[in-house]
Amino acid sequence: MALDKQQLVEMYRRMCRIRYFEEAVIEIHSSGELIGPAHPYIGEEAVAVGACAALRDTDRIAGNHRSHGHPIAKGGDVNRAMAEILGKSDGYCKGKGGSMHLADFSIGILGESGIVASSVPIATGAALAAKLSKQDFVSLVFFGDGASNQGACHESMNMASLWDLPVIFMCENNGYAITTSYKNSVSVDHVSDRASAYGMPGVLIDGQDAIAVWEATNEAVRRARAGEGPTLIEAMTYRFEDHSLGLDKIRKSEYRTQEEVDEAMTRDPLPIHRSAMINQGFVTATECDEIEATVHSEIEGAVEFARNSPYPKPEDLYEDMWATPV
Amino acid sequence: MATKTYIQAIAEATIEEMERDKSVFTMGEDLRHSVYGATAGLVERFGEDRVLDTPLSENGFFGAALGASLCGMRPIVETVTSFLWVGMDQLISQAAKMRYMFGGQAELPVTFRVRMFYARGASAHHSDRNYPVFMNTPGLKIICPSNAYDAKGLMKTAVRDNDVCLLFEDGIAISSRTEVPDNADLPNGELLVPFGVANIVQPGSDVTIVGIAGGVQHAIDAAKVLEAEGVSAEIIDPRTLVPLDTETILKSVAKTGRLVVVDPAHKMCSAGSEIAAIVAQEGFWDLQAPIQVVASEQINVPYSPALEPLIYPTPEKVVSAIRTVLG
Repeated sequence: MALDKQQLVEMYRRMCRIRYFEEAVIEIHSSGELIGPAHPYIGEEAVAVGACAALRDTDRIAGNHRSHGHPIAKGGDVNRAMAEILGKSDGYCKGKGGSMHLADFSIGILGESGIVASSVPIATGAALAAKLSKQDFVSLVFFGDGASNQGACHESMNMASLWDLPVIFMCENNGYAITTSYKNSVSVDHVSDRASAYGMPGVLIDGQDAIAVWEATNEAVRRARAGEGPTLIEAMTYRFEDHSLGLDKIRKSEYRTQEEVDEAMTRDPLPIHRSAMINQGFVTATECDEIEATVHSEIEGAVEFARNSPYPKPEDLYEDMWATPV
Repeated sequence: MATKTYIQAIAEATIEEMERDKSVFTMGEDLRHSVYGATAGLVERFGEDRVLDTPLSENGFFGAALGASLCGMRPIVETVTSFLWVGMDQLISQAAKMRYMFGGQAELPVTFRVRMFYARGASAHHSDRNYPVFMNTPGLKIICPSNAYDAKGLMKTAVRDNDVCLLFEDGIAISSRTEVPDNADLPNGELLVPFGVANIVQPGSDVTIVGIAGGVQHAIDAAKVLEAEGVSAEIIDPRTLVPLDTETILKSVAKTGRLVVVDPAHKMCSAGSEIAAIVAQEGFWDLQAPIQVVASEQINVPYSPALEPLIYPTPEKVVSAIRTVLG
């Protein structure tokens, strides 16, 4: 099975959507409109988009603090995502979640989490529900190399393998947990090496290549739907920006060298995918330019939508606490 | 009417809810062999898929219960107060916050059945009475049945509730027997006790005693002692701490003018201190004496049988507190 033109183009569109969305967030932050922290996903777009391209709307995903890209890749609405980041009432969570807590349950986005690794058990539980209720959805959780050291991760992988749950553990290894490097924090060469400890396949892939991510995810999804259990995928990627907007201290620290950043940025997932599509004869450069222009105006629209959306009202403070009123 | 133990009531509620709704399942440690007494025979009755023995991974399986609940299931999780600490990240950062944080998108119909062992020589690591910690976290419903009747009725309500419920099963009450009606004798064919409605255990006019969980029995025992001296005590069991029926408590204090709260938790920032604060703020002009809170000493639970009983509320301490408020 291979991706067709329509799928490849849609993947490119979504990668552009994430990239331009994040660029807009950075701009808004620098202008002072955005008050909280925000963690740009720039450089890692191929992982979210490649993974979500292998999923259906009914499949569930969960993410982490660096998670603007995951819901956009799953088909989320950039208007509502941007409005949420600005704390507006038209945001995905009516302004109650913000940058680290985007969610759209209607298309299987079970929400992002600001506590590193805490979505991993949630996604595992979603897969448990699929198994117990005999529904054929799968769940996929995005987490980083830092999260891979949390007990929640290990506990979840053990349960998922023990119970053959339809879950895909998608580790985005960007080399750093804020400033702590992979080699200073993980005891094995690759996170995917740990899969054997849980009796599940561990797959190491190039996370800058959306097609490679799709291929690995597609096989993991096939296994999951067939009742063969979980898969751990480790996508090697790189965060082109700093850990979080507004944390100048980190920007100034020398936890990674400029040479390393420059080298990593030569493997930008957007041009890699664009060239692959052009080289294989699926699209022309002009068509790609058109996609980029369309997405640029889409993101400008999202920023305008978010800016025009009203803030929540004081009385909204007490809404949404309980599903069964007290 | 048949009397049943608290633990039988919990077991009955579990079976009835699992029979009624296929999305209800149980998970926890050692369920098959019913180490804590409420899950005997469930595997044989409902099969292994609906009675999951979990690995010792509280943070993992608490979170898995939450994730399953987001996708249409209604898990009942069995655990112990002291193991809640192991899964705190999922309880506080996810269970309590997901719904609000996601603007009301999440429904989390999970019931945590939490056994509260204490006063049995289990020492510091197995004697926690930690419901006040969770009262301080918005987003969790806190249920503290004191007897078999309420245990069954509240448990069934919890399973049907669409929010995360922590039902604290009081270890010193677990073998106590209460009359629990058979379903056939109930007008609706089943026993459901609503949240946020306090039970007036006995009416009285001289002093209000609010008892929490096992504290209710101490209140009853103390009231008996003082009844012989002509003291009429009104005993109130809030049954749920979140939501809390403050109206019934304030009404009672308006009548009696005196309040003693009996709370097995440690005293600082306890349920007892919260109730005292509410009455001080909203019922101050009804009070004829300072409020007394009889709670556990603010020290860790010691092992020795010579020491442990000294820290908890007892009927004697409650009698003494009542004498204080009566002046």
